[in-house]
Amino acid sequence: MAKPAVLSPDTPADTVRAARWQDYFQLLKPRVMSLVVFTAATGLVAARTHIHPLLGAVAVLCIAVGAGASGALNMWYDADIDAKMRRTRGRPVPAGLVEGSEAATLGVVLSLLSVMLMGMAINWLAAGLLAFTIVFYAVVYTMWLKRWTAQNIVIGGLAGALPPAIGWAAASGSAPLNAWLMVLIIFLWTPPHFWALSLYISTDYAKAGVPMLPVVKGAKETRKQILLYSLVFIPVCLAPAATGLGGPLYLAVSALGGLVFLILAWRVFRSDAGDAADPRTGDRALYEVQAPEAAPAEAEAAPGKRPPPVGGAKDARNLFAFSILYLFALFAALLAEAMIGIRALELAL
Amino acid sequence: MTDPKKTVSVKPDADQALKARNGRNIALALGLVAFVALVFVVTLVRLGANVGNRF
Repeated sequence: MAKPAVLSPDTPADTVRAARWQDYFQLLKPRVMSLVVFTAATGLVAARTHIHPLLGAVAVLCIAVGAGASGALNMWYDADIDAKMRRTRGRPVPAGLVEGSEAATLGVVLSLLSVMLMGMAINWLAAGLLAFTIVFYAVVYTMWLKRWTAQNIVIGGLAGALPPAIGWAAASGSAPLNAWLMVLIIFLWTPPHFWALSLYISTDYAKAGVPMLPVVKGAKETRKQILLYSLVFIPVCLAPAATGLGGPLYLAVSALGGLVFLILAWRVFRSDAGDAADPRTGDRALYEVQAPEAAPAEAEAAPGKRPPPVGGAKDARNLFAFSILYLFALFAALLAEAMIGIRALELAL
Repeated sequence: MTDPKKTVSVKPDADQALKARNGRNIALALGLVAFVALVFVVTLVRLGANVGNRF
């Protein structure tokens, strides 16, 4: 099971410090965990059934730990890829802080603990869905799809989409169509979100040998796919208002946000995003949004600052940043309606 | 015989490693205690609900 240590080229062996507990916590991908907690809690509350608050909290904790465990397994297996990419080379394993075998052990132990606790404390449907999610992310996506096909994040996105259904199953003991509608929303959100990101860091993916869509099919095809997926994604986002899941607040948020999403996707489609490498990469730069008019003047006034994004990269960055906001707003609306007790709409059924 | 008043000098790197190890041990201990407490409380809640359902 142990793989040879893969250090980033930027990590001289004699400068590696001793690992702190925070480094092991980083293996769990806390940023991803926070999104998983949010969507799982929304699924749990949207089920609108009674669950003891402590058991509800335990269910969300199990989902968070399970997601963290699959993150640790991902960091163990992908250390060679992570070491080659600017965005990921500071992670604990490629930085030489934590042994790959330690990351794998942490992942396996936390996976078993989270699934067993979910099964014994909540119910075995939720535990089974959690186990499936971990295996799908760690084995199907990480070990197989990611290095093999340009459709890696399309199919692999299922793992990130399942937490609302696990939360719903934890609360009610069942997973009806509305739970799977929430899964479908995240599943269809994933491709335009990640492809927008990959448009401006595709050189990193190419260097690491990861067959992301812009690397394999080119930027033009990726921009087209982003638009096509967005055209399918937005109507699906509106669907909860017709199936008894979302209320008037949800309908307003999904419609207005969906319109903005489509405009941004259209701009990416019409842009030259991904045609040239964007000089602004790095962990923080990924989430920066550039105001179209302000960018060049700002760069001239402060020559020492980070260069502006090349060509349509700003359109891709804008879509990437807005996609996170939109998904957050959709689930926040569902959560708020269920908590306040706003009745769901059933427009068509 | 060694002088008891003489302090042992610890290299900065070894000191840092020791500090990091202590931090890891404390975090692990807290995690284990939290897990045991969680299982205990969950057991009480589940038992309470099941006993309540019988009457």
